[in-house]
Amino acid sequence: MSPLLVAEKVSKFYGARTGCRDVSFALWPGEVLAIVGESGSGKTTLLRCLSGHVPASSGKVRYATRDGRSVALDEMSEAERRLLMRTDWGFVHQDARDGLRMGVSAGANVGERMMAVGERHYGRIRATATDWLKRVEISENRIDDSPWSYSGGMRQRLQIARNLVTSPRLVFMDEPTGGLDVSVQARLLDLIRGLVKRLDLAAIVVTHDLAVARLLSSRMMVMQQGQVIEQGLTDQILEDPQAPYTQLLVSSVLQV
Amino acid sequence: MNAPAYNFAYLNEQTKRMIRRAILKAIAVPGYQVPFASREMPMPYGWGTGGVQVTASVLTPEDTLKVIDQGADDTTNAVSIRKFFVKSAGAATTERTEEASVIQTRHRIPETPLTEDQILVFQVPIPEPLRFLEPRETETRTMHALEEYGVMHVKLYEDIAHYGEIATTYAYPATVADRYVFDPSPIPKFDNPKLDDCPALQLFGAGREKRIYAVPPYTKVKSLDFEDHPFAVQSWEQPCALCGSRDSFLDEIVMDDAGTRMYVCSDTDFCSRMRGEK
Repeated sequence: MSPLLVAEKVSKFYGARTGCRDVSFALWPGEVLAIVGESGSGKTTLLRCLSGHVPASSGKVRYATRDGRSVALDEMSEAERRLLMRTDWGFVHQDARDGLRMGVSAGANVGERMMAVGERHYGRIRATATDWLKRVEISENRIDDSPWSYSGGMRQRLQIARNLVTSPRLVFMDEPTGGLDVSVQARLLDLIRGLVKRLDLAAIVVTHDLAVARLLSSRMMVMQQGQVIEQGLTDQILEDPQAPYTQLLVSSVLQV
Repeated sequence: MNAPAYNFAYLNEQTKRMIRRAILKAIAVPGYQVPFASREMPMPYGWGTGGVQVTASVLTPEDTLKVIDQGADDTTNAVSIRKFFVKSAGAATTERTEEASVIQTRHRIPETPLTEDQILVFQVPIPEPLRFLEPRETETRTMHALEEYGVMHVKLYEDIAHYGEIATTYAYPATVADRYVFDPSPIPKFDNPKLDDCPALQLFGAGREKRIYAVPPYTKVKSLDFEDHPFAVQSWEQPCALCGSRDSFLDEIVMDDAGTRMYVCSDTDFCSRMRGEK
């Protein structure tokens, strides 16, 4: 088995300012990696570099395609990269409004990726959309409603369904539970965990919430000021943090 | 007749050359929207400034011009544009489709089949078929370049989900020569099949949006649809109340306050011909 995604010394600079610097890691199929750190530590910048949304200033991101090739993101043509983004990859935004097409119904949101890869049979698109809504616990009779009429938690679940409909192998999530209340967060995490396990997805989850990292991920990276200061198994890092900043982070979690 | 202050057909020769270049490019790449330096015309945007510029550029002193608006030769828009070319180019005009060599149209394709010797010029308000789904121009251009047209079907999906059928009845998107998806201007979808394999050259001009595109003669034009919801045109239960035609596009006319309606051909030239034959 070979790694799905490999980052080699990925850096992103905004002029003299550093977004992230010299990040290297390998992500294996079916593995969930959490990137944690305070706001401004470069988590989201790193995620955007990894997912090809912004070009890295230096370093390489390699992805192992389904046909076994290893391709560097910056060497792919734009057409290939966009095809990858709507077939093999998913991207779950923190604000569901960024990830959804708000002007069309929930069913169309889920069906869009299928149509983008050439599905031209309304009945089949409809059936798949219905099935996916059920899997993310959205009732079937809401399929023709606009996402505007959905609650925050439902929008987030809809966004997840929309991303997973083409059976991607890798999903990027940027604060998937941010802005949701605690009970909704718990249900959403439960759902994501189940889906990731069942579909054998690999995921990179950016979060500032250590509980999210603990629940979802098997491995984590801690970032501070654009650099990775500690990485390892999630349990190991949370139980026995080594870097001073990680210790601070772990000890500042509120206990109730 | 010709006001000496104006060049033939209003536009100066340099401008016509620029527009002709855009037209040639548009013909070379069927369905591709070619940007051009649209000029201010002595009429408001929305009146067909794009179509007028295209017509002015292809018109020669030997041409016979027909102008229609919603199929009719005698509506305000058609009358104004016809007058404009009579005044600025001394153009010969006609209302008969087969006598015209250049036909400028708004919202219809004539019922009488066109020939190789004719040019049909469409007035286009919004040339970008992806506009209502993707507001960014940079993004729509990339989507055209990469042939990412899945989102067009999202609109058709929405129609079926809400109305049980594809409810888009005009400006129905179609693929030209198996490549570019284009907006055939707000013609009823009844006219879409006429675009396909048409012997005449079809030019589309959008003045405000500064775009020209074309469907060359005998080019494949396929309207978008789903396998289980195929493309279909409108049909009417009754024939035209005036000429009795059963295969032309009918306008609904409200006759009084009591809800009486009358259905008549929108193509006035075709309708009067049909009546003449009887």
